Amino acid sequence: METTATALRRRRRFAGFGLVLGLVVLGLLRADAGVRTTFVLNDARGARFPLPDLVVPVTGTVRGLALVILALAVVQALRGFGRRDAAMVGVMGGLAVLALLTWAGGGTSISVVSLLRGTLFAAVPIAFGALAGVLCERSGVINIAIEGQFLAGAFTAAVFASVLGSAWWGLAGGILAGALVGLMLAGLTIRFAADQIVSGVVLIVFATGVTSFLTSQLLAGTPAWNAPVRFQAFALPGLSDLPLLGPIVFDQTVLVYLMLLAVAAVQFGLFRTRWGLRLRSVGEHPAAADTVGIGVLGTRYRAVMLGGVLAGIGGSWFTLEAASQFSKEMTGGRGFIALAAMLVGRYSPVGALGAGLLFGFADALATALQRLPVPIPSSLLRATPYVITIVVVAGLVGRLRVPAADGKPYVKA
Amino acid sequence: MRLELRGITKRYPGVVANDHVDLTVESGEVLGLLGENGAGKSTLMNILYGLTTADEGEILLDGAPMTFADPGDAIAAGIGMVHQHFMLVPVFTVAENILLGAEPLDRFRRFDRARARRDVLEVAERFGLPVDPDARVEDLPVGLQQRVEILKALYRDARLLILDEPTAVLTPQEADGLFESIRGFRAAGRSVIFISHKLREHHAIADRITVLRRGRTIGTVAAADADAQELATMMVGRPVVLVVDRPPARPAEGVLEVRGLSVEDPPGTPVVAGVDLTVHRGEIVGIAGVEGNGQTPLVEALTGLRPIASGDVRLRGEDIVGASRRDILRAGVGHIPEDRYRDGVVASFSIADNLAITLWDDERFANGRTRDREAVAESAERVVAAFDIRTPSIATPAGSLSGGNQQKVVVAREFDRPIDLLVAAQPTRGVDVGSIEYLHQQIVAKRDEGTAVLLVSSELDEIQALSDRIAVMFRGRLVGPFPAPIAKEALGLMMAGVDPAEALGGRAA
Amino acid sequence: MSADAPDRGTGEGLAGRVRDAVLGASARLTLLAVVAALGIGAVVLALSAEETRAALEDGPGSALVAAGGAVGRAYAALLQGSVGSLGALSETLVAATVLILTGLAVTVPLRAGLFNIGGEGQVIAGGLIGGAVGFAVTGLPTVVHLPLAIVAAAAGGALVGWLPGLLKARTGAHEVISTIMLNNTLTFVLIWILTLPLVQVEGRSDPISRQVLDTARLPRLLEGLRVDAGILLALLVAVWVLWFLDRSTTGFELSAVGANPAAATAAGMDPARSTITGMTVAGMLGGLAGGALIVGLQGRVTPGFSAGLGFDGITVALLGRGTVVGTVMSGLLLGALKAGGRAMQARSGTALDLVTVIQALIIVFIAAPGVVRAMFRVRADVGEGARISQGWGS
Repeated sequence: METTATALRRRRRFAGFGLVLGLVVLGLLRADAGVRTTFVLNDARGARFPLPDLVVPVTGTVRGLALVILALAVVQALRGFGRRDAAMVGVMGGLAVLALLTWAGGGTSISVVSLLRGTLFAAVPIAFGALAGVLCERSGVINIAIEGQFLAGAFTAAVFASVLGSAWWGLAGGILAGALVGLMLAGLTIRFAADQIVSGVVLIVFATGVTSFLTSQLLAGTPAWNAPVRFQAFALPGLSDLPLLGPIVFDQTVLVYLMLLAVAAVQFGLFRTRWGLRLRSVGEHPAAADTVGIGVLGTRYRAVMLGGVLAGIGGSWFTLEAASQFSKEMTGGRGFIALAAMLVGRYSPVGALGAGLLFGFADALATALQRLPVPIPSSLLRATPYVITIVVVAGLVGRLRVPAADGKPYVKA
Repeated sequence: MRLELRGITKRYPGVVANDHVDLTVESGEVLGLLGENGAGKSTLMNILYGLTTADEGEILLDGAPMTFADPGDAIAAGIGMVHQHFMLVPVFTVAENILLGAEPLDRFRRFDRARARRDVLEVAERFGLPVDPDARVEDLPVGLQQRVEILKALYRDARLLILDEPTAVLTPQEADGLFESIRGFRAAGRSVIFISHKLREHHAIADRITVLRRGRTIGTVAAADADAQELATMMVGRPVVLVVDRPPARPAEGVLEVRGLSVEDPPGTPVVAGVDLTVHRGEIVGIAGVEGNGQTPLVEALTGLRPIASGDVRLRGEDIVGASRRDILRAGVGHIPEDRYRDGVVASFSIADNLAITLWDDERFANGRTRDREAVAESAERVVAAFDIRTPSIATPAGSLSGGNQQKVVVAREFDRPIDLLVAAQPTRGVDVGSIEYLHQQIVAKRDEGTAVLLVSSELDEIQALSDRIAVMFRGRLVGPFPAPIAKEALGLMMAGVDPAEALGGRAA
Repeated sequence: MSADAPDRGTGEGLAGRVRDAVLGASARLTLLAVVAALGIGAVVLALSAEETRAALEDGPGSALVAAGGAVGRAYAALLQGSVGSLGALSETLVAATVLILTGLAVTVPLRAGLFNIGGEGQVIAGGLIGGAVGFAVTGLPTVVHLPLAIVAAAAGGALVGWLPGLLKARTGAHEVISTIMLNNTLTFVLIWILTLPLVQVEGRSDPISRQVLDTARLPRLLEGLRVDAGILLALLVAVWVLWFLDRSTTGFELSAVGANPAAATAAGMDPARSTITGMTVAGMLGGLAGGALIVGLQGRVTPGFSAGLGFDGITVALLGRGTVVGTVMSGLLLGALKAGGRAMQARSGTALDLVTVIQALIIVFIAAPGVVRAMFRVRADVGEGARISQGWGS
């Protein structure tokens, strides 16, 4: 394709971004000469096949990374990377983050394993929520209510796991609650053809209200109902001994494994099976599906309910793995991040996982930096995932192919 | 398969869409279903196809009463339908679309793509309708998409095929090809219901013709001895003037001058390429062509709705390239958009507000930053009376008017302000015959007042009835204009890309 | 479908509008929605009440009596605390001030087909900047200082509304996502700003701002009661919004773009500009809400002072069915619910969160009138249901 004005503008914008980023890295991330950063590649709890620590000089590494960023920006400005333009912006961002880590760890050490392990762990609710969104929206129902499903799932998981004394019961409770909110969303948007975004927002308010109300009214008086038995991490024999990869991926909690399984299952189901073909047809052109005898409303009901199940699992993570009990509004906007992850992942399950990992990394990074002697206020660090979302969504959504019937109630002729 | 519909009745709030409709299709027969927009043809076919259910009446297939709760039942009974707006998922492949709902599974219960391809190729071969099973439907031209729609019905072994306005998207020659296929189905003992509002096509393909008007069966006649005037009268309910009274044009100076106009969408892909055109005061220039050959982007570029990639566009000698839509409208360009529901009216707004919408912040309808609602109402009362817009009041939402009256609102709005150029795109689409006559008269009257008129229509009859000069658009390029009249066959050839010298038989060298 | 068609009704003038809003067909449905929500709220309350569980041991009969008693006490306190006395009315108006303004912040962009979930961020910006002018600028008389603080609050909010509008117009980023992300971002930025030396109260380690000077405070209207001039500000602003939406050329453009962007474009209007205008005005209104809160009732900026206010605004706007008069009235109604809810928590020990549940139920019923109709077996009415979103694509 020939170069056109819009593509050129985009390339210039990307190049400008890289240039500024490179200069910021070069200018702001300064350290005294001789200061070194140690990247620890082994699990703190010991490893069967230990790797040597990676020790790098701060100044040299930061400068080197900055120069690579600047070089990429110059290439971008001069001739571009064609279809890889956007990916290169990601690479520049990644290099900048690496420089930031090197600089922040100056004089001390950073555990790569715990950073990446934390990334995978923090990605759980985001990926599950995004998967829920993918299922709903591929079938034509916008699901803003993921945050509400998280809250309901987290609350119910906590109560079930406390009262019945098992994390697995907790998970079942979380699934039940997520599916219930899914059912309400399906009822409002499909049966009553209500505005889908409004319905989602309503369900968030509703779930927030009910869980908060019941927390004050019930849990505050009976602490035994809010002391869930939680999932513990367990190592997969053999695989967990792999260097680097083992402790990061194969010594994880139940929900991390479930997340990886769910992504694979939904990816396969959507794009390789009859079920997926029909579900997507309903989200793209419901009338066409209807005219070949596919029940549009039923398909959407099932998709939204299944989405609710997945979001419910994501919600369970909050009380079965992340925190020791339920507290009001504990999901803190992660349902919205999951929504953004769905968009960033372009409505694909694998993309949802990728975006989930990106946001998980932002989370883990903020946590890691808080422990380091860095002059960045922690509240600003905690705002970064949201800023990233705005930047990414602003850069992406315009060029996103949304399922054609997404958000439109199907009413028969 | 023999189909009989008896006393089909369907009521919607305020309307009886079908009022005791009777209709019979014999085995191996092509039945033409004729009627105006809103006569109840679509409702009847939706009932037959199980998309909606009748309040009263019976459906009999080969004498056996049937009930269709959903299209699945109708498909199982051997009914297939090719919808006017294709029921195809644009992002799916041809094979996926044809097999959707009847997917072959492999032994792991996955969608069996290899078998899907084979099945599609086999059915395409059998009916002589070749397609590429792996092509994405959105990449196919409209004619091929229609073929996929037909194959979808044939794959399900449809013995009664309903074709809803199938020729609307075809050139006359492509339509002839479709008719050949239809004759093939008939020869194989399949029945066909052919829906169209074009009399000529019924003569060409139907064995018998059933006419619907306002939800009722008016009568059924054998196509061989049907007379056009008689059919038109049955369809409309009164004698129809089939010819527009049009005195010879007296063209004056050029108003719109276009040189080398190109439009790209997306950037880099030309959809209008190097168009040269001049429209003079007092003449109507018609642009014919199968839809999707660049007429829409051409009109949008001329009226400021779309950026111009290159070329020169002048209105009364002034350059208007890059001018905003607002400025172009106010410089004296009137535009009747092709999709009035999308671009023409705001359905939830009152008729008065719709009549004022193009001059909403002009001093005619506003005092400073506050709207002058009295001026809006006064003007609306006058215009509604002058243009015979049938409405209970000027406060009625435009969306509740009939298609013809909505179109009158659009036309009245453009005609009630001073314009030098009128760009009319598909001005009578989906409009009843009475309104068509009225709108045609108005357009000719506007011409005679000294306005330059550019008419874009996919209805060849309309182009021929109104135009003083005719051009044809094919793949983004404009051929002509040539002085009218031009034979329909010649236009059809040019619409299919045949060189004008050849198409016109050396007349336009 | 029309995008939340303005309810033109039959009445002319303000009195006619009020009459339509109170007696019109859609008002009946609204009333039923409120009644149904209170009813379900009562069930939730009865099921969760301490008394019910205690009495359950004596059999279902006494549990029912206990539940009835609990609901009766709670709802009596709710009524008493909202309209039962002059003090209660004052509390209702205090709550309504913010609700009316945040509600309008949703109503205005709704006309343009935009869903503003960013009320909270806009309130934060308005409160923070209005408050900053209130405590950092010294030596001005009230007639200058107070208006200055309020204008600053409006400007701060407008900035926060403008950004998602700009992003939507330029890049297509959906305003629902970007406003939510801005809410979260600003919540954390607020905490950080509240710890800065020029802002934080001296000698404190927690994030809390200095006190707004008396010259910038909204005057109380009645001796001994908390209601202040903020309610007058809110009503004044509502009158302006009424003109803006229903009489001004810009408002007409906004409504046309919201109802049918393609037709509006074809008429020579500019949807991008309307998007930016709608969100900026929305932000301004949200900012005013934050400003009124900080230079009024609160007097200083604290973390979380804005919590939930944006979502409250959504409830108010949807309950008001996208009209200005309706928004004002539902602001008053929900203000009563809030004030009453606090009294209920204090007197009967029922958690305030019940009010959130009831609010959510009200909008469920407004958004899906079919639910209410199914419940009360009411026949279909005209102009019901709020259809506002157009999916991600547009």
